Amino acid sequence: MFRNVLPLVVILGIAAPLTGAAAPIELKSVNLDLPESDRMFPDGPGSDAINNNCLACHSAGMVLNQPAMSKDAWKSEVNKMINNYKAPVAPEDVTTIVEYLVALGEKK
Amino acid sequence: MTGRNALPNLISRRRLLATASAAGAVFSTAARAQKLIELPLPGGPGERQITTAFPQKGPMILQRTRPPLLETPFEVFDKGTLTPNDQFYVRWHWAVIPTRIDTEKFTLAVRGHVNQPLSLSLRDILDLPSVELVAVNQCSGNSRGFFQPRVPGGQWANGAMGNARWTGVRLKDVLDKAGVKPGAVQVRLKGMDEPVASEAPHFMKSLDIEHARDSEVMIAYAMNGEQLPLLNGFPLRLVVPGWYATYWVKMVNDIEVLDQPDTNYWTKVAYTIPDTPHASIEPGQANVRMIPINRMIPRSFVTNLASGSTMKAAAPVALRGIAFGGDCGVTQVDVSIDDGRTWRQAELGQDEGKYGFRRWQAQLTFATPGEHSFRVRCTNSNGVSQPDGPNWNPAGFMRNAVESIRIIAN
Repeated sequence: MFRNVLPLVVILGIAAPLTGAAAPIELKSVNLDLPESDRMFPDGPGSDAINNNCLACHSAGMVLNQPAMSKDAWKSEVNKMINNYKAPVAPEDVTTIVEYLVALGEKK
Repeated sequence: MTGRNALPNLISRRRLLATASAAGAVFSTAARAQKLIELPLPGGPGERQITTAFPQKGPMILQRTRPPLLETPFEVFDKGTLTPNDQFYVRWHWAVIPTRIDTEKFTLAVRGHVNQPLSLSLRDILDLPSVELVAVNQCSGNSRGFFQPRVPGGQWANGAMGNARWTGVRLKDVLDKAGVKPGAVQVRLKGMDEPVASEAPHFMKSLDIEHARDSEVMIAYAMNGEQLPLLNGFPLRLVVPGWYATYWVKMVNDIEVLDQPDTNYWTKVAYTIPDTPHASIEPGQANVRMIPINRMIPRSFVTNLASGSTMKAAAPVALRGIAFGGDCGVTQVDVSIDDGRTWRQAELGQDEGKYGFRRWQAQLTFATPGEHSFRVRCTNSNGVSQPDGPNWNPAGFMRNAVESIRIIAN
């Protein structure tokens, strides 16, 4: 299970290799693709609000991996996204998103 | 608490995915095996996917796809002291990560409170004297998922760390090339990653000028003898030996010498810890003085035996694992089979540098059948030992309690 995945490295150009002065290390240009996530928040009251407001900046996975938390704790997380990380969350959706996240924890 | 050092069980599950043909009229089914892992996080959820979807990366525990958070499966640490590049953990703050980097066009700016602002090519960097050291890179929030009460953030088990041989140039040499002006107080490093929301704070971290010029802080262009994987910061990342990984800025392309202390969000507000022993407070405790997270502290792990394993009673069992001192070397690793009342010294492996992982091994015998536990504890060369019990803080930073491993002898 620990077989290496062949890196999708593309060598750009044919310039002389960039090699270190002391160590024989060659730096090659890269052109890669990062995977996207198509995971949506599970259906439920408020799932449209959380899908529409949150997935532009991050995929759903880490949110779904959070432990069950209180309403206050979730409120402060959502406010951190808005105030510290400038997430463009519609003000009228904040309560709905917080309630969705609290309900998610109750299902776990 | 049990199971916090467990090598989690791998679960294989098949999922049938219905895929539509291009015309949309004919449907076919494709069977795809999806590998899952169960992290032993108290209260859960512990299920994560094992992903091989990321470029230059082998199997990794998927914590988040975008921006990527990928955890090293713990069994990797049993294979040796150096963590392979293709399974070295990954942590990004912002989702806009350049994926096409031309080594001929890349430049590193050195500017601010300097005599001569510079724009250095990779060729310029490679022409400076090269330095090399082995050092652990550990996320501030490694093991956050074991905090109780649980705290929000990346729900890592113990695999948000890795050890590599880093090759690069001294940050001091780069700063000297530009000539730091008198009155400089900090050096701020910025990477090429950007937030989706343009007004969000760009990721930047600062070091005090003396620290930046200590000849240990390095701008690395290689790890384990190869160029960095993109997701570990290609082409250049800062290496700050003995300090938490938040300072090891990835894809660094901008160095700014400051004549005033940095007030940017990521240095001043984020990544702060209580200014208390073990950065520990009571949940809900108010009026706590917060300071930027800084030096690492000792840790040790068993790597060849999962918590909950079965072994023979009255027969010696060989144990091995890894330890690191944090901001200095490992002096001693001890094991205890009586809940920490008495300790026996383990044998240490080769010293590959004070900032790196150090192998340890020991033999244990449980005389009687039944459930037992043993503990492992590292003491570093500053005389600091791992504490018996866990710390707690609201960000889930700096966990380093003695690990306890449960076994069943029969």
